[in-house]
Amino acid sequence: MADAVIADRVQFAFTVMFHYLFPILTMGLGFFIAVLSTMGLITHHERYATAADFWVKIFAINFVIGVVTGIPLEFEFGMNWSRLSAYSGGVFGQTLPLEGVYAFFLESGFLGLFLFGRRRVSRVLHWLAGVGVSIGSLLSGYFIVATDAWMQHPVGYAIDSANGTLRLESFWAVMFNPYARSQYLHTINGALLTATYVIAGIGAFYLLSDRHQDFGRLSVTMGVGAGAIFALTQLFPTGDLNSRNVVTYQPIKLATMEGLFETEKGAPIAIIGMPDTDHGKLIDPIYVPDVLSYLAYGDFRARVNGLKSYPKELWPPVELTYYSYHIMVGLGTIFIAQMIFGVVLLWAGRLHRSRWFLWTLMMAVPFPFIANEAGWVVAEVGRQPWLVYGLLRTSDGTSTNVAAGETIFTTLGFAGIYAMLSLLFVFLIGRVIYSGPQEVGEIAQ
Amino acid sequence: MNVVWYWTLAAMLTAYAVLDGFDIGVGAVHLWIARKDHERRVALNAIGPIWNTNEVWLIAAGGMMVPTFPRVYAASFSGFYLALTLVLWLLILRGVSIEFRGQIDNVLWRSLWDTGFCLGSLLLALLFGVALGNLLKGLPVGQDGYFQGTFALLLNPYSLLTGMLSVVVLAWHGVNYLRLKVEGELCRRAQKWSRILAPLASVTIVAATIATFAARPGISSNFAAHPVLFVFPLLMMVGLAGGILSRDENHDRHAFRSSMLVVMALMGSAAGTVYPNLLTSTLDPAYSLTAFNAASAPSALRVSFIANMIGMIGVVIYTVYVQRTFRGKVRLGDHDY
Repeated sequence: MADAVIADRVQFAFTVMFHYLFPILTMGLGFFIAVLSTMGLITHHERYATAADFWVKIFAINFVIGVVTGIPLEFEFGMNWSRLSAYSGGVFGQTLPLEGVYAFFLESGFLGLFLFGRRRVSRVLHWLAGVGVSIGSLLSGYFIVATDAWMQHPVGYAIDSANGTLRLESFWAVMFNPYARSQYLHTINGALLTATYVIAGIGAFYLLSDRHQDFGRLSVTMGVGAGAIFALTQLFPTGDLNSRNVVTYQPIKLATMEGLFETEKGAPIAIIGMPDTDHGKLIDPIYVPDVLSYLAYGDFRARVNGLKSYPKELWPPVELTYYSYHIMVGLGTIFIAQMIFGVVLLWAGRLHRSRWFLWTLMMAVPFPFIANEAGWVVAEVGRQPWLVYGLLRTSDGTSTNVAAGETIFTTLGFAGIYAMLSLLFVFLIGRVIYSGPQEVGEIAQ
Repeated sequence: MNVVWYWTLAAMLTAYAVLDGFDIGVGAVHLWIARKDHERRVALNAIGPIWNTNEVWLIAAGGMMVPTFPRVYAASFSGFYLALTLVLWLLILRGVSIEFRGQIDNVLWRSLWDTGFCLGSLLLALLFGVALGNLLKGLPVGQDGYFQGTFALLLNPYSLLTGMLSVVVLAWHGVNYLRLKVEGELCRRAQKWSRILAPLASVTIVAATIATFAARPGISSNFAAHPVLFVFPLLMMVGLAGGILSRDENHDRHAFRSSMLVVMALMGSAAGTVYPNLLTSTLDPAYSLTAFNAASAPSALRVSFIANMIGMIGVVIYTVYVQRTFRGKVRLGDHDY
């Protein structure tokens, strides 16, 4: 039985993490495509339309892989997590179809129109299609985050006395779960930040290789300008709001993230350090005293419960949660520094000529993806041992009629297919970037 | 509310079958019907901008089952484990094939993805038919509401027949869609295929209907109890007759409408046959999961219905709009598949 649970968890973790690499970019890039088409519509300047057309090519390839790797996740709720669905589908499932109905139809319908309808509809309608794609992708994020938020902090339900399953009490409570709000803002902000890095990074590539100068300058300026804003809002207010959720609803996760084993008044924050769960301490830590108390409760002397104050069977996997959190925060700090520095260069009029800085922008592109994924690992691994926080253990949510061997088989299949998809993706995106933004409209003839 | 949701889900899946049906159908036949690269591009461009939206109907229907009939979702998805995994892989293959074929102008690259698209479409049509057959025939649903659907169980003669039926009918539907959307030599070939597939579809449907009487003895009871259900077989006959008669070049529109009618009638008849069961147990009728014993609480059903239908109104409006934007015959240079 334990084996089956691990197989199910590995499969979900793998398929969801692979999938999420793509919507990060579609959610973020969609917004900037809408911005560029708006600027094109207003100024009638060719460069914005050209830029929008270039990014939509990147968007489209991402979108395809995002779609085909997203469907398995919906299915897995029933296939591998059937007891979760049977137990609480009536409540958390509310938001799932709404994603399709309110967001996904919008996104896919208007993407077709945006990609292929330029000569079939008016300028304004084409612009509207671009905005529709962006709204669709941003909305779809909300419904998915709301579904996850319900598992983090279940609300709006009652336990059915007849069969012990959950029954919906309040639709609006599920829809506007307080946990979902800040988690969504933090997620979307992360996607927007990632898009700014991609835009700035690819723009830097063109400037450095002395091609498509105008497009490169536009992209670097836009990427750095917007990137500085989103890097800051990633920390405050969205990151701060999100950690308040954890402080309020999941104090064990907080202690795990921070590697705090002992309950302390004036708890320190560990900048680095390696957790030793057997002895309940951090190895080689660098502490800043009292800061954790302040961040969590706004008071330097506040008492923060350490892991040891909870039964060990309720601890999430400490190392994975702790490191993911520190990777996320560490990278976030670097993003702020880098983007602010970029703004200073921009202000000094030297951004487009500082070759070394453009190099750092180009090389930094993978890191926001890592930070986003790490953030989700904190959220999901840190929720363990619960599947639905406080209500359903992960080990009680799996399908009893699916054997570990079956899940391992399908996971291997997914691994092979996703490896192929990765190769294809790198190859095709590489081609788009290499051939550059010049050819308006057509991808290939 | 339970009844409403039962038929809403049936309607969602029917919409999926009608809409994604024609692009699966085009995929299933395009290797043979369109032999040259530019013909294949025309055929794929006919479905290119809309196949993805069509597929969303499946995602939305699946999603709607979670809050309304969670136990059915849990049982059917875990029970059909390997079959659904195959469906997922085929959906990946199909989506990637159609979208990536046009990215590179190279003969080998394009043949590769054309074959992938054809294989994915054919097998999906077959699997959906097999699944429908098993839902009609019933599954060994146990007292706990679960079953284990091994291939040995799922691939029985009856469901293989319904699988064949699905391939034939969707291929016919796809060919009729091509009749609407393409011109010239390609269109004439589509008409020729349509003339062959229409009677073939009729024969398979008659065979499958007879087989259904054998596989599900009580089939007529629902129709006797609710005579309104006879509308579906009736529509099917109209559709088949219309399809067989739409032989001429200027009957393209009728041909497509006919196959659309047949797909709708097939789905409707199937839903009418098993009603109110969503999963019929072959072990004991009492174990069957029905629209009543496997549903969420009435309040949840009501709320879901309102929330989803408000959205669906919008979906229908702009889907019609987008489809109209792409109406008319496809010419090369329009898009780039």
